[in-house]
Amino acid sequence: MKYLDEYRDSGKAKSLLDAVYKKVTKNWNIMEICGGQTHSIVKYGIDELLPKEINLIHGPGCPVCVTPVEKIDKAVDIASNPNVIFCSYGDMLRVPGSKSDLLKVKAAGYDVRIVYSPVDAVYIAKQNPDKEIVFFAIGFETTAPPNAQAVFLANKLGIKNFSVLVSHVLVPPAIEAILSSKDNRVQGFLAAGHVCTVMGFREYEDITLKYKIPVVVTGFEPLDILLGIYMCVSQLEEGRSEVENQYARAVTREGNIFAQSIMNEVFETGEMKWRGIGRIIRSGLRIKDKYKEYDAELKFGVVNYSVEESGDCISGLILQGIKKPFDCPVFESKCNPEHPLGATMVSSEGACLAYYLYKEKKLT
Amino acid sequence: MCLAVPGKILEITDGDELLKTAKVSFGGAKKTINISFVPEAKVGDYILAHVGFALNIIDEDEAQKTLDYLKEMGDIE
Repeated sequence: MKYLDEYRDSGKAKSLLDAVYKKVTKNWNIMEICGGQTHSIVKYGIDELLPKEINLIHGPGCPVCVTPVEKIDKAVDIASNPNVIFCSYGDMLRVPGSKSDLLKVKAAGYDVRIVYSPVDAVYIAKQNPDKEIVFFAIGFETTAPPNAQAVFLANKLGIKNFSVLVSHVLVPPAIEAILSSKDNRVQGFLAAGHVCTVMGFREYEDITLKYKIPVVVTGFEPLDILLGIYMCVSQLEEGRSEVENQYARAVTREGNIFAQSIMNEVFETGEMKWRGIGRIIRSGLRIKDKYKEYDAELKFGVVNYSVEESGDCISGLILQGIKKPFDCPVFESKCNPEHPLGATMVSSEGACLAYYLYKEKKLT
Repeated sequence: MCLAVPGKILEITDGDELLKTAKVSFGGAKKTINISFVPEAKVGDYILAHVGFALNIIDEDEAQKTLDYLKEMGDIE
């Protein structure tokens, strides 16, 4: 496929790797923010091909993984209602809440459906006027505009039996939280390409100035990632800290203003709890007052949930880049894709699942 | 979750500004994609699709520049 195959060329990958080997002289910790990038890195073995001086730290950019347990419990409670058709992206169905998950709710006979697009859920609402249709609106900035558009569309079409359970997170506040932590080891970032397709990269310019850290907007194919790493290592070796754009075919400095405007029409920023990490100020999106009739939490009265997270799972430390999946004592044994303890083992972007699928655990 | 796939616009379907859609080919597989965030899109453009929405139009010149740069790197080796 055009714009995919040419970024998977092994000869060019070899040249890029050679260039990285020539450039690097010191040890560097680089974090790829996005879980999609983590999967590319582990799937193509990029982390094992790089010079030993470069340590890739897997970041929190997996919305499925950071959706708080309370939100899953709310989804389970709403979906366990005979009058509800609960619509979700597929990844969310097996994420464990404190008591159950959406797949078990579906198995118990309730109507839980996987949709490809949030607009599909609006059409399901139109076709089923006697049911309440709830869409689980999760995601980073990439997914916020389509989810916002669904709410805007339902409002415009006068559809009242539609609402959204919102769990939206934002990348820059998470980067700031990581950089402000006393345990931080990250010295450079590969920013998530598709988040920047929507948002542009102006907000990262402030971060590079404030924290003196390089940020390279990076795509998802192996050559994109290798080039992003090369650009980041070059900045680190040369003592620069700027925003650079490796993914210029898909990202401009301003981003997509049409997508941003619909997102700002429906959502506003607020404090958000990240699963395994905790609360981060201004790191999430919530529905504005003028669209509150579409807020499923208000419609179904699921407010003030509070639960403790599972003791065995170390996904919080993995999402902050402090530990790697093989450091987890229950990896593969008590926690595996069949019986996941944490969301990082469920999501197609979760670091634990990537290690489970693509990496061989070396015997020690 | 933030996966977005490049596809080529085959046909623009009529619709109002919110429901403007296009028929898009992803390596031969055809799907209807909402193009309301890229109102300037035209037949033949490549878009990046995410959850049924086009997030942008792929910039062909920039794509070529990256490939040229990678080729130069190989030539230097």
